[in-house]
Amino acid sequence: MTISKVQEGDRLIIELEGQLDTLTAPVLEQEIGSISIEIKSLVFNFKYLDYISSSGLRVILVFQKLMNKQGGMVIQNVNEMIMDIFETTGFVDILTIE
Amino acid sequence: MKEIIVKGTLEELENVQEFLEQHLVYEQCSLKTIFQLNIAVEEIYVNIAKYAYYPNEGEVTIRYKIEEEPTTIVIEFLDNGKPFNPLVVENPNVSMKADVRAIGGLGILLVKKNMDQVEYKYDNGQNVLTLKKIIM
Repeated sequence: MTISKVQEGDRLIIELEGQLDTLTAPVLEQEIGSISIEIKSLVFNFKYLDYISSSGLRVILVFQKLMNKQGGMVIQNVNEMIMDIFETTGFVDILTIE
Repeated sequence: MKEIIVKGTLEELENVQEFLEQHLVYEQCSLKTIFQLNIAVEEIYVNIAKYAYYPNEGEVTIRYKIEEEPTTIVIEFLDNGKPFNPLVVENPNVSMKADVRAIGGLGILLVKKNMDQVEYKYDNGQNVLTLKKIIM
């Protein structure tokens, strides 16, 4: 999995490419430390993410909980198969998907 | 029936998925079917790797075959660890808010939703978990 980040003022965009699975989820989880208190808006771009498992969901939830406290979070460009996973697990109600 | 035997560590997940994907591509499965099988295989394998032999390590055997009419992919996981039926874990409450929500149990839920049949038995000192998915 590749993680790219772009910051524009108080907005941080994180683009994920590849697989968010048991082996790569810990790498993304480390990024939580790089989200400073100034960040009010976190955008995940899933355009190039093609797979997510429960380990990945767990990490996304960690980011969502943090951003609930300091601003907001949206997820963009979710593919159909990952959307199925979000629906099955009820994550559609927790996340803001655009 | 084709099989792969791995040292039951998390790192072997990639080898397990590659072994199965080779066959799935050969069977001309759709991308969606491959995705769903990958999810189920990851969740089951990771469960075994984390808990079956804990705190030690042990081998896991993964077997694969095709049944006909309807064409069905059958994947078996065998280990000699502690007897454990992952299917009796309670389904998580998926309607709770993010802040209060517990995280466990989602993996097994994903397995059940993405497969047509999931079976567990403890047989001859082995945990045997079987996934079945109809592909045609």
